[in-house]
Amino acid sequence: MRSATATDVRALVLRSAGTNCDGETVAALRNVGADCRLAHLNAIERDPSRLADTDILVLAGGFSYGDDIAAGRVFAREIAHRLGDPLRAHIERGGLLLGICNGFQILLELGLLQDPGFTPSERGIALTANASGRFECRWVTLRLHECAAEWVHSQELLDTPVAHAEGRFVARDLDVVQELIDRRQVAFTYADPNAPSISTGPSHQEALSYPLNPNGSVANIAGITDPSGRIVGLMPHPERNRTPWNHPHWTRPDLDRRHRGEGLGLFRRMVAFVERERISRPS
Amino acid sequence: MTQPASTAPLPTSPSSSESGARTPAWRVEISRRERFGDPVGLRAGEDLRELGIVTARVRSVRGILLSPGYGAETVQEIARSHLADPVVDVVRITPPAPARGPAEPAEDRERAPHRIHVLRRPGVSDPVARTIEGLLEHTQLLPAEGSKNLVATYRSFEIDTETSSAELARAAAKAFANPTIEILRMDDDPLPYGIELPSSRRGRVEVALCRAGAGELEALSLEGGLALDLTEMEAIQDHFVALQREPTACELETIAQTWSEHCKHKTLTGICEFHPPDGGAPERIDNLLKETIVRATRELDRDFCVSVFVDNAGIIAFDRGFDLCIKVETHNHPSALDPYGGAGTGIGGVIRDILGAGRGSFPIANTDCFFVGPQDLPPERIPKGALHPRRILRGVVAGVRDYGNRMGIPTVNGGVWFDERYTANPLVFCGTLGLLPHEFANKEVRPGDLIVTVGGRTGRDGIHGATFSSIELSEDSDELSSSAVQIGDPIAEKRVLDGLMIARDRGLYRGITDCGAGGFSSAVGEMGEACGAEVDLERAPLKYAGLASHEVWISEAQERMVLGVPPEKLDELIEVFAEEDVEASVIGRFTDTGKLVLHDDGELVGELDMHFLHQGAPRPLQHASWTPPEEDDPGCPPCTDHGAMLDALLRAPNVRSKEWIIRQYDHEVQGRSVIKPLVGLRGDGPGDAACLKPLDESQKGAVIACGANPLYGESDPEAMTLAAIDEALRNAVCVGADPDHACLLDNFSWGDCSDPNEMGALVLTAKACYRGAMAYRTPFVSGKDSLNNTYRVGDEIHSIPKTLLITALAVAPDVERCLTMDLKATGNLIYLVGETAADLGGSHYLLERKLRGGRVPRPDLERAPGLLRALARAIAERTVASAHDLSEGGLAVAAAEMCLAGDRGLALDLAQVPVAGGQGAPPAGAEACDPDALRLYSESCTRFLVEVPPADREAFETALRGFPYARLGRVRREPRLQVRGVSGTTLFESDVAELRRAFTSSPQALPHSPPV
Repeated sequence: MRSATATDVRALVLRSAGTNCDGETVAALRNVGADCRLAHLNAIERDPSRLADTDILVLAGGFSYGDDIAAGRVFAREIAHRLGDPLRAHIERGGLLLGICNGFQILLELGLLQDPGFTPSERGIALTANASGRFECRWVTLRLHECAAEWVHSQELLDTPVAHAEGRFVARDLDVVQELIDRRQVAFTYADPNAPSISTGPSHQEALSYPLNPNGSVANIAGITDPSGRIVGLMPHPERNRTPWNHPHWTRPDLDRRHRGEGLGLFRRMVAFVERERISRPS
Repeated sequence: MTQPASTAPLPTSPSSSESGARTPAWRVEISRRERFGDPVGLRAGEDLRELGIVTARVRSVRGILLSPGYGAETVQEIARSHLADPVVDVVRITPPAPARGPAEPAEDRERAPHRIHVLRRPGVSDPVARTIEGLLEHTQLLPAEGSKNLVATYRSFEIDTETSSAELARAAAKAFANPTIEILRMDDDPLPYGIELPSSRRGRVEVALCRAGAGELEALSLEGGLALDLTEMEAIQDHFVALQREPTACELETIAQTWSEHCKHKTLTGICEFHPPDGGAPERIDNLLKETIVRATRELDRDFCVSVFVDNAGIIAFDRGFDLCIKVETHNHPSALDPYGGAGTGIGGVIRDILGAGRGSFPIANTDCFFVGPQDLPPERIPKGALHPRRILRGVVAGVRDYGNRMGIPTVNGGVWFDERYTANPLVFCGTLGLLPHEFANKEVRPGDLIVTVGGRTGRDGIHGATFSSIELSEDSDELSSSAVQIGDPIAEKRVLDGLMIARDRGLYRGITDCGAGGFSSAVGEMGEACGAEVDLERAPLKYAGLASHEVWISEAQERMVLGVPPEKLDELIEVFAEEDVEASVIGRFTDTGKLVLHDDGELVGELDMHFLHQGAPRPLQHASWTPPEEDDPGCPPCTDHGAMLDALLRAPNVRSKEWIIRQYDHEVQGRSVIKPLVGLRGDGPGDAACLKPLDESQKGAVIACGANPLYGESDPEAMTLAAIDEALRNAVCVGADPDHACLLDNFSWGDCSDPNEMGALVLTAKACYRGAMAYRTPFVSGKDSLNNTYRVGDEIHSIPKTLLITALAVAPDVERCLTMDLKATGNLIYLVGETAADLGGSHYLLERKLRGGRVPRPDLERAPGLLRALARAIAERTVASAHDLSEGGLAVAAAEMCLAGDRGLALDLAQVPVAGGQGAPPAGAEACDPDALRLYSESCTRFLVEVPPADREAFETALRGFPYARLGRVRREPRLQVRGVSGTTLFESDVAELRRAFTSSPQALPHSPPV
């Protein structure tokens, strides 16, 4: 695998019992030049200083604690009780936080994707059981929006797999959704690759049908950012479109080669963003 | 557990609530707000409707029982912060009631819906409850001092229906609960909480064996669930008579586990007298396995074989200092009793085989193959005591899904076969592929090394699994054998995997094996076979107290591994596992005494000679013969409407899309997938095989494929075997594998082998495995057999079809040259490679016509291996745009599948099809023969449809020189499959959209199937 020029951007993938996308997530971050380490919750709890020099903290996908009770719930509570202080310090320092699939569910459970300062039980958004009622694995197309997290946006649609049972993004009411849109928090939406003419901004008026929107998410939302743009979560797996042979159509002569391994583009922009910020804001 | 099955009539509330017994725990019940939907409730409503219960509405509820030691505020806090979602859920909390006291006011039965509660039987694992207990501990939400932090979970259904309580209870017992592991409660019935399990006596228990007569010995084996026959019991008796003492329970159980068919394969490794079908002199075969399957591997002596038939899995060389290892297991009998738990622990078990292969391998893919009854079988045809095939398939799919997905191992290959004879004895084959650095391919056990168990605790689950799997199922199996069922906890196994990889890389242990059938007795017995071992049973961590010594020793509690650890590495090992929240406990040490010595709390509870244990079993003499069924050859009867026939074939259960299953498996996790199980423009094409790219630093791929066709085994087990080998290999070649870097696995599931004809078929199959392996030059590296797959109802014995699953593991030299089966481009040429003959025996064409007999497909061993290599060469030279193997449904089905996957049309001319004996020659032996039907539906082996760009025509034909092939037509832009018959007129034309509709017609299709 080609590795990009090494950067001094430091990433840390946090794992616990049932984290299972750590391997490919670490590989993706290293592929784009990040200095990426992997650490267990227990190790960070023992030595919280390991978080102190991290630019990007990643919660990788998996079935943490078996998704018992609800997906991401137990890991979120464990983090809140055992890593609360170092995590707050990371966020206050301006570190980035990315949650993929189970990681997105954990971020939501932690209450980190809405206004700071509110308690988890006041949460107005949730990820819940797919409309189909079952786990499903399939490739989807994503639109990457201009949003508070500026590194997310791209003109190109992105193909990635989804693989989850509880990825349906829902809100207490439509006002909550509108607020997310207004605050530029909608980062990723499921898209129709054959209908590029639809408006590019997120909207809860245009619901795509299954399987384009694979789980029945409101406003086709696949991922969001917190209002500050530092914390981003998404259900799909860009780290699984990492090599030129991951895309389901790579054997077809009609596939644009640019789509091969293009999940890395997202990680590349994230790392480049950290580097840019460093230059403009030397610490 | 010996509670009666809960199919017994349930108390019909509200009268029972007057008994005064209430639930002695807090009940927290969570359901979803209406606007977010309730898929589980909808599903439950459908299940009830299938049983004739009309419901207005079914609502699903998740229930949690919490210690009565909590105050009301804490329970609300727990419910709010840990159990319920503020957006999605609504919560109901009911306080505990004293065991005897005033009854709670019964709800008004006129208006309130019925409630059905499904709870686990005492002693059955409840992983979610354990997770909640851990969370409560970590967040310091503990009950008042003196009361235990004990959690239990259950499921409830609130059902609006006019149906009577009694009828609803009967239906609910069928639809919602598995009596083997669950109990039902209704409406206001109290829910059991904190029930103590019956306690057994620990310590030395002697069994009076030495003076027992033949009848007593047999009774002892039967009542003890030992599954030993009289000869074996007598051998044990002789051994202990010579020792002048009685055996202990631990010793007897150890022998029974070690000598079980499951562990010992005594039928395949025994002595067999075979009377060949041609009436020749009988042949005496000493160890069929060694003389056929293992022999082929030895004679072939391929240099890529690293470790075969000795370890937990077969190991072959891969690339860049890495090996691949693979194992496929059967888990049939547990899956018949509890499809979800059985299949889950089946996959969990084979994953542990890989964890224990070499000095520990990392699992990178799973496969699963199921053989089940028809999904639309009328209830009156279900044998008593058996579950409906729909429930079995749904359960095994969910079991594999939940275990594999949670472990983070992609399930990339498999298959499902349907036949009514699998109804009561379904077959579940689970396989795992592992990756390991070559330096860890070998392991050892040294005297003085500590015996360390890591992972789950030991409980009374899975007692007698090994011996249970070796006896026939009967209609009351579910009552007798409930303790043979185990519940898996995939996250516990994932934690073991995480710790194991670190401990392996640091060299913290030398020997390793999984705790599978037979539990510690088999694991320690096998590891210490060459030296000896001492175990202190009281050191094994238990889930709960009250286990007898022998129960600790043979429990098959899941998610445990046994390690051989040098004493100086122990502390570091314990630390590594503690970091993963995994217990590692020393339970004994390996010795140089050649004895297996067991103590419990200092008392000697067993002392066995390793040599007797492993070599002392009498070798049974099997009688084998073979008489094929006498049936007329129906030839290839004429077909008047080929369009309708193709439509019917595409809808046939064995052929039609399995997408509803495949998509429930994560086939992308770990990011290694190159060729996926579903391929093509819309992801609805059935891929021939899966390919993974295991290493970033290597361009090589690992290909997994399988082949099976039990319909062929009926009349010709030998042809079935060769055809399955051919099918697995041609599937692998289709995606770009190198047939010269390929190996095979054999998995037999057979009926009653004391029947000479059944045993004869097994002999023919094993011999054909030898011939096939030699001809294709593909060694077998691993295998497993499951015998006695019969099912008795009254005096009737139901036997399953003779089933051989062949799995192929092959290396693709360069993933960039891998292929999918979807048509790629308009104007490309379509070739049929291989020769077609009147091989319609066991074909889906005859099945559709409800005809039997006929010649079964059998590959030409002179030509097939060369043809596979020629095609592989053409693919490696990049002259091929797509390739698809011809199997069930023949040319017609393969062409239709390529069309729908590529969303393109095809024009085919049947007059060009290469036919055995030349064009126009009537196939030998066939009475009637429709030349078009023959070409469209014959299932002759070693055939492919291959798409070739016009520019590569010459190179392709050069690669195939010397082998039969012909150009049948071209890829068309217009999505229609057009077929011209041998007479030159158009035989039929079908819209690709129609073909797709037929192919995706499964009644279990995903809920909102994509619009087509």
